[in-house]
Amino acid sequence: MAIKTEAVGKEWPATTYEVGKEKIREYATVIGIENPVHFDREAAKAAGYRDVVAPPMFCVVYSAPALAPAMFDPDVGMNFAAMVHGGQEFEWGEPACSGDEITTTAKCLEIYEKDGKGFYVFESNSVNQNGDQVARGTWTNIVRGV
Amino acid sequence: MAELSVGDQVPELRAAPDKYLPHRYAGASGDFNPIHIDPEFAKAVGLPNTILHGLYMMGLVARANNELAGGDPRALKRLSVQFRGMGAPETEIVVTGTVKSVEDGTVVIDTVAAQGENQTIRNAEAEVAL
Repeated sequence: MAIKTEAVGKEWPATTYEVGKEKIREYATVIGIENPVHFDREAAKAAGYRDVVAPPMFCVVYSAPALAPAMFDPDVGMNFAAMVHGGQEFEWGEPACSGDEITTTAKCLEIYEKDGKGFYVFESNSVNQNGDQVARGTWTNIVRGV
Repeated sequence: MAELSVGDQVPELRAAPDKYLPHRYAGASGDFNPIHIDPEFAKAVGLPNTILHGLYMMGLVARANNELAGGDPRALKRLSVQFRGMGAPETEIVVTGTVKSVEDGTVVIDTVAAQGENQTIRNAEAEVAL
């Protein structure tokens, strides 16, 4: 089966996520992070943050919703039954704090075939309410037997 | 902490995800893919059982690298990983790292997350400002 590449360069509508203190607590707890800047407003302010701050990898919480329509887009045509999450990269800018409103856009960067596998690479770009970049992600999904 | 030099091992991190960890991570992250929480579904698609979320293990890798900077979330500037093996619940995860380069206050750590011999995350590269 030939791989479809016409979705390369396609962008999907932005999603917006408001960061909340209790969601940060829930995420930090499951990962086992104990720094009080993720739980306590006073500790976060004393450390120079506007409010309770999210751990870096909390970026998956606010950016993943923008990726969902990209992954399920028939123009992309990924075979989910044979798909694995192959790789992931994030770069962080301004920290994400409770009360921030983060807007994320998704784009298809590359689709290519290598060794009988399909590689689908997406980018997410997240900015806060002040227009500052908080995170940029590169999501690589691999589909076996294309 | 003491100055890090190329080749140094960084402190390892151990985590013990219990049977219900994938459920809690699904709730925390919003990723309810049934391969992580439903054993019958996981087996029906050819997996031995439910598997850990790759991004949960990446979260542990991020935590391990952040701890080099005393847990300051601003210190982690970039993290790139490759998911190379499936992680299982109820199995200890060990995250280890080796200093790859030190330049202008930025340390690059080559990190691995493993369950025994199974390296679930390899070629992970973290940039930490120290």
